[in-house]
Amino acid sequence: MIDLALLERHGLTRDEYDRIVRTLGRAPNETELGIFSVMWSEHCSYKSSKVHLRRLPTRGPRVLQGPGENAGAVDIGDGLAAVFKIESHNHPSFIEPYQGAATGVGGIIRDIFTMGARPVALLNSLRFGPLDRPLTRRILEGVVAGIGGYGNSIGIPTIGGEVAFEPGYAGNPLVNVLCLGIARRDALVKGRAAGEGNPVYYVGAGTGRDGIHGATMASAEFDERSAEKRPAVQVGDPFMEKLLLEACLELMKTDALVGVQDMGAAGLTCSTSEMAARGGAGMEIDVALVPQRESGMTPYEIMLSESQERMLLVVKAGREAEVARIFEKWDLHAVKIGVVTGGGLLRVKDQGEDVAVAPTAALVDEAPVYERPMQEPAYLREVQALEPAMLTDARPPEAAFLALLETPAIASKRWIYRQYDHMVRTNTIVLAGMGAGVVRVKGTTRALAVSVDGNGRYGYLDPERGAMLAVAEAARNVACAGAVPIGATNCLNFGNPERPEIMWQFARAVDGITAACTALGIPITGGNVSLYNETDGRPIDPTPVLGVVGLIEHAERALGRVFRAAGSAIVLLGENFGELGGSEYLKTVQGLVRGRPPRLDLARARALQGLVAALAADGLIQSAHDCSDGGFAVALAECAFDSGGVGAVVDVAGASLEAPYDLAAATLFGESASRVIVSVDPAQLEATLACAAAAGVPARAIGETGGAHLIMAVDGVVAIDCALAEAERRWATGLDRFFAGRAA
Amino acid sequence: MRFAVVVFPGSNCDHDAYHAVKHVLGAEAAFVWHKDTDLAGADVVILPGGFSHGDYLRTGAIARFSPVMASVAAFAAAGGPVIGICNGFQILLEAGMLPGAMLRNRGLKFLCEHVHLRVERTDTPFTALCSEGQVLRLPIAHGDGNYYAAPAVLAALEAEGRVIFRYAGPDGRVSDAGNPNGSLNNIAGICNEARNVVGLMPHPERACEAALGSADGLVVFRSVVASLAGKGALRAVAREA
Repeated sequence: MIDLALLERHGLTRDEYDRIVRTLGRAPNETELGIFSVMWSEHCSYKSSKVHLRRLPTRGPRVLQGPGENAGAVDIGDGLAAVFKIESHNHPSFIEPYQGAATGVGGIIRDIFTMGARPVALLNSLRFGPLDRPLTRRILEGVVAGIGGYGNSIGIPTIGGEVAFEPGYAGNPLVNVLCLGIARRDALVKGRAAGEGNPVYYVGAGTGRDGIHGATMASAEFDERSAEKRPAVQVGDPFMEKLLLEACLELMKTDALVGVQDMGAAGLTCSTSEMAARGGAGMEIDVALVPQRESGMTPYEIMLSESQERMLLVVKAGREAEVARIFEKWDLHAVKIGVVTGGGLLRVKDQGEDVAVAPTAALVDEAPVYERPMQEPAYLREVQALEPAMLTDARPPEAAFLALLETPAIASKRWIYRQYDHMVRTNTIVLAGMGAGVVRVKGTTRALAVSVDGNGRYGYLDPERGAMLAVAEAARNVACAGAVPIGATNCLNFGNPERPEIMWQFARAVDGITAACTALGIPITGGNVSLYNETDGRPIDPTPVLGVVGLIEHAERALGRVFRAAGSAIVLLGENFGELGGSEYLKTVQGLVRGRPPRLDLARARALQGLVAALAADGLIQSAHDCSDGGFAVALAECAFDSGGVGAVVDVAGASLEAPYDLAAATLFGESASRVIVSVDPAQLEATLACAAAAGVPARAIGETGGAHLIMAVDGVVAIDCALAEAERRWATGLDRFFAGRAA
Repeated sequence: MRFAVVVFPGSNCDHDAYHAVKHVLGAEAAFVWHKDTDLAGADVVILPGGFSHGDYLRTGAIARFSPVMASVAAFAAAGGPVIGICNGFQILLEAGMLPGAMLRNRGLKFLCEHVHLRVERTDTPFTALCSEGQVLRLPIAHGDGNYYAAPAVLAALEAEGRVIFRYAGPDGRVSDAGNPNGSLNNIAGICNEARNVVGLMPHPERACEAALGSADGLVVFRSVVASLAGKGALRAVAREA
């Protein structure tokens, strides 16, 4: 009996139910209802976001695979492809931080190796509530341990990431994970089923009752009863996935495989219907053949389980023995559970009896698409107003500087990244914490740089500009490593799309990404949308996270943030407008989250990004670091930290102020975009400045490296003169102090 | 000169060891699957790092039962040089080829970072080209690297000069500050009585190229090549290094 309460439990509306009835020409049974509900959930169908995502630029000369497959792929030369995608695991990570984060890592790794790529690097973007809350520390420790526990075990280095702490994430942390893989470009594998009569194999862990309706959970808000949803979080087994990874890559070297897809969200339901739909085929499976680790499971439970580490493979008929031999080598059992059929139907049987029949196209391509109403949030105009009189904390620049260095958003993330194996596979040539993550591509001269960036405060104050700035920052970071950005993936974390204000934020953010990626020449090759990030009616800050992949032609020219020696010239590229809106300085020192985030001139951003990559490629510069959170002063300090005690003496020009703010504070801590600090051998200074002039990028030699202090003057007046050791101590212990007295 | 790199299910530094000895050192290398018993004519056996069998039950506890381990034990008994790195060291402990056990790091967290090691002995095939007291900068990456042995065993190890590497500061001074995991006597690596089987927690194979942040680990593999080539050749390799 299907009633409204049952529909509600499935997260379906009455209209959606009627649509199912029209599609089938009859009422669905409960198994079919479950199948439709997960396939039409926000998580699987993108029903609220689809109309907006169509605007994203997805084409480019290097794009081999855009959105729609398990991951995107771009050409990196030498017959190779970089395969990458970012995905969220926000909801599970709040309910059970360790397993939530661990299975997030496991899921994105499967998306990469199902494309035929060897995963070579992981990055993550994390958001938590303020660290002084015990709950935040518990979630942070669990998430970090979970990411490490999975990545370390499977042997894929976690080479970088970012983390921020804002009150809006206290009840809804964000865990976004990016995986990068390398494949031969002519051997990319698709997640499609084709060839009538070809066998369909199930391989990996047994199916249990864990994670049933995980996709539906990820498509609803949280409330105080969310802890009851713990059974909807899956448990990860990185060892099983390591075996699957090696066995699948070995199988892909043969030509026995037609297509493969992992069973992620919506498990067997999603993998069977998506593979069939992509291939324009049908599929018939018998759930009684599915390996199960619990007894008495119903077809409904088997189809909806989100047990981890399971794969669905379509193999060429006649090649079964080869497949069996490879999986047996790895002590895995590949079980034939069905066949590819013509006719476009997903037919699910239980011991030969039909238990669910539905057109795959209806499940995958004909899910409802909503143009949800949008409205600019009322809070926006109020919070965008920023007046000099609001800045009441008059502490001198040096005190503000030290306060910024130890604030968790800026402080060294060593406490986190030392828990991640960031060196396994011996490709990591810019180590974690030292700049963008950079991995060399063995067998070639090349390397890939990856950065993930986003700023929820910017998103809250101006979603469109915040999204543009996220693209520009990620691109700038890979450029600082010496790379030319060649592709991007995005993870869009927002609140409940059924609220017009949230939908407006989402649409504006997509506009921002579209504008920035188009102008900077960086195609989006895939990504993930995570909506309903709300707890007890409080949405998170709009948080688009961008992962940008860049190509370095000569790996030995890769750069990090750190000064190499005393006596180098320091050059500031870009222009300082002293913009304080949305800055870390306003938040940490003035206690304000206000104003508009910095402006972004996309033409200047493009010129800067090209210049920095070219300076690195030509070997003209020794280090490069972008100015972001905390502005110029923090960026300069970060160039000196981890250098083994190489300080700096600089004199910068005062910013041209838009309002009468304190000149030193605005100049040193304002977060104007498109600025990079580079260090240069004095013999190369002239050539460096000439390149900048030719590229149309403002550049000024502002001082030199060396000494045991960080000395910063503004228009000749010293504003900060601080012992490097003291500054570095504050920065290095900024996170650790919250875990003091506990295990190191 | 041929290195065998044993691959257990869950090994994940197998490719790194292979790369280091084959592409950096220029020796021959072959992978040996854990179910095989033929060591492929190897002159040196490497048990690489990773999470064999997921480290389930206990680190190295299941891998020691792999068919290949009987061959490795026979190879070692015949005097063949064997090195266990990280998980490989843990497997050698579980197999009883080296004494002691690994506990969780004292901070209870997995740690990946560069540490400094002092070379205590140069009379093993894997340290022959080192000088005593030499400081090597190598990465660690483990959660269970806190070396423990019963007091009598520990005393014997020390008395017999079987502690090969100790965690130290950059200046080579052995102190608690340089001990990342709580290992007794700052022990990072030991050898067996015959001195041909060596286990260490840090990863020399991850430190064979300057591009990776340190090339200090290469001496470990050069040493075994030199040792096997005999004393005359040893000096030649030393000059080359």
